[in-house]
Amino acid sequence: MIVHKTLRLAIRSAAAAAFLATTMLSGLAHAGPTLDKINQRGAIKVGVGTTPGFFAPDSNGKWQGFFIDFGRALSIAVFGTPDKVEFTSSSPQQRLPALQSGEFDILLSGVTVTTTRAFKLGFHFGPTVFYDGQGILVRKDLGVTKAADLDGATIGAQSGTTGELNVADFFRKTGKTFTPVTIEDTGQFIDALESGRVDAITQDSSDLVGKRTQLKKPDDYVLLPERLSKEPLAPAIAGGDDRWLELVNWTVNATIQAEEWGITSANVDEFLKSEDPAIQRFLGVDPSFANDIGLDPKWAYTIIKTVGNYGEVFERHLKPLGWERGYNSLWTDGGLLYSPPFR
Amino acid sequence: MVEKIRAWWGGWPLGQLAFLLAVGALGALFIANVLETMARIGILPGFGFLSSSANFEIGESPIAFRAGDTYRRAILAGLLNTLKVSLLGCVLATILGVAVGIAGLSRNLLLSRLVRWFIEITRNTPLLLQLFFWMALAKALPAPRQASALFGSVFLTNRGVYIPSLSLEGGPFGLAAALVLTGLASLAFILVLRAAGRLTRRSGTFAVMLALAAPLAFLVLSGARPAAELPALSGFNIRGGLNLSPEFAALLTGLVVKFAALIAEIVRAGIQSVGTGQWEAARALGLHDGQIIRLVVLPQALRVITPLTTSSYLDLTKDSSLAVAIGFPDLVSIVNTTANTTGQSLEALIILIGAFLTINLALSVLMNVYNNRVALRGSRR
Repeated sequence: MIVHKTLRLAIRSAAAAAFLATTMLSGLAHAGPTLDKINQRGAIKVGVGTTPGFFAPDSNGKWQGFFIDFGRALSIAVFGTPDKVEFTSSSPQQRLPALQSGEFDILLSGVTVTTTRAFKLGFHFGPTVFYDGQGILVRKDLGVTKAADLDGATIGAQSGTTGELNVADFFRKTGKTFTPVTIEDTGQFIDALESGRVDAITQDSSDLVGKRTQLKKPDDYVLLPERLSKEPLAPAIAGGDDRWLELVNWTVNATIQAEEWGITSANVDEFLKSEDPAIQRFLGVDPSFANDIGLDPKWAYTIIKTVGNYGEVFERHLKPLGWERGYNSLWTDGGLLYSPPFR
Repeated sequence: MVEKIRAWWGGWPLGQLAFLLAVGALGALFIANVLETMARIGILPGFGFLSSSANFEIGESPIAFRAGDTYRRAILAGLLNTLKVSLLGCVLATILGVAVGIAGLSRNLLLSRLVRWFIEITRNTPLLLQLFFWMALAKALPAPRQASALFGSVFLTNRGVYIPSLSLEGGPFGLAAALVLTGLASLAFILVLRAAGRLTRRSGTFAVMLALAAPLAFLVLSGARPAAELPALSGFNIRGGLNLSPEFAALLTGLVVKFAALIAEIVRAGIQSVGTGQWEAARALGLHDGQIIRLVVLPQALRVITPLTTSSYLDLTKDSSLAVAIGFPDLVSIVNTTANTTGQSLEALIILIGAFLTINLALSVLMNVYNNRVALRGSRR
């Protein structure tokens, strides 16, 4: 474990240098759009994180999780099979430069959509796949029930996330003070809370729910009800490749649309007999639609058959951790998920 | 001058020229590509972001910093943190390193074996691992609410060590001025005496006493009284007094222990490089071991020790950047956060490279000046 950390730190420093070198060189090759690179390579390179439920390797070393399934869906959209995708975990610090330098084709690592990232960093974002908010995890015996009680507390944040900024904003807004401890190493970050070095840690609540499971006594800790910020987590890609962006958009939309229609991996074959022309277009029964947009007629069908619709992906990975659908329900159920029409 | 140019030109002037041009062209190509790539992904190069406000907080800083101050000030705070830990690290590692190095040569087997073990263990494990170890030790102390006070007001907690602080009520600026003035005056006094060749132990002591007594007299006359601030538990934390944070303590301890082991080896090599004849001659003169080391061996050993120690100091300064892993807000940690929130990774890298280059080159120059002085000693005929 320690060796792994040391290695990661070494890699991180190397990545900073590599970023410099690759930005210099990437212009040389003048590689075409991302999709050309992906086709040439025969695999999609996806940057992910390491939060259980969202992305984590299982006991066989195979990546599993909520975001991972969207990576598999993309692989189906491009190659027709879920396995032509390489997942690599990347720290919050290094993932954005790595995407800029072309090390990844896409980040499915819980990146928050922000104005700066869109305008100044030149990233494009796909549809929000998870509506998150920054939370605060505290030890129960402190007797703290809301964020405002934390006046004067020491709060840990993981460096390189928007969390560091939001917590500063929150305390400034409420006129209270806190002492930050900013740690990059995930293990040390969790340890800081467990050992009492910090009173609370703050992070996207999706991440905190995952981190809570890594604590020795998860029940001694509680996630405060407030959300300090909106954290829409979306796939991020480097700018300048419209076709790749659309493919990402519509792959995510397909899983949402399928749920809206009630199409699941179990019943998708029955839907092939549907009389609804929209569903016929969607599942490729009528191949002209997919052909027109230059995709395999079976792309959406295979995604649903293999990975499932949005709801199935959520149930499979996040339900076991105690997540409720909440904002991440379909618009028809009072949530925020809404797919533009497939036509 | 002509000689120099000829030497530089070498035997194959055309080859040299072609090589120079190739390096220049490659550099130009790199720069052009960086600019083009940045333009393509829409990043505006430049350091304008330094004046915008940084919206994050810094845990500990030698200068006052609030979220909303500029990035420039944030980076300055980080730089000062790095300088603080590096400077203290170099001084303490030298003291410990010399002591351990000399102890390692002791004829006392237990002592020299212990030193050997210490050196082997610290030299052959990664610094990051050692930092995690010190951090774990620091965090094993009780939490502030559980900590009981030693001697009434010293707290050892996992939030750091709290000790009472002494401050002055009334005229702290006057004190600073008095300190600086008497310091300069006594320095000038010493220099004048030295130039006149009349610096003796007595006149030197007099100058130092003057430097100490004058500010005290000034204080008493100006009515300032020392006031102690005692740390006490309030809310989540212990407040008041001086606090040494666990991150800083762990980083400093890690750096000092690791580099003390390296310096100890250098000191050992230096001492062993002095011929045994020197020891025998000194012993024949009736000097005891302490005197031999201090007066005969160390001055000669310094010729070997100084250049190697310089490179240890440079390494120590660079390795302080591992702070980011344990949460001490050093230069690298803050520049990383800056890069992440502004997206100006390239500029951030340039700032980092520039800062470390400046610190290390300055350190090298200082150490080389010192080296020139010790290198001459003993070799003058």
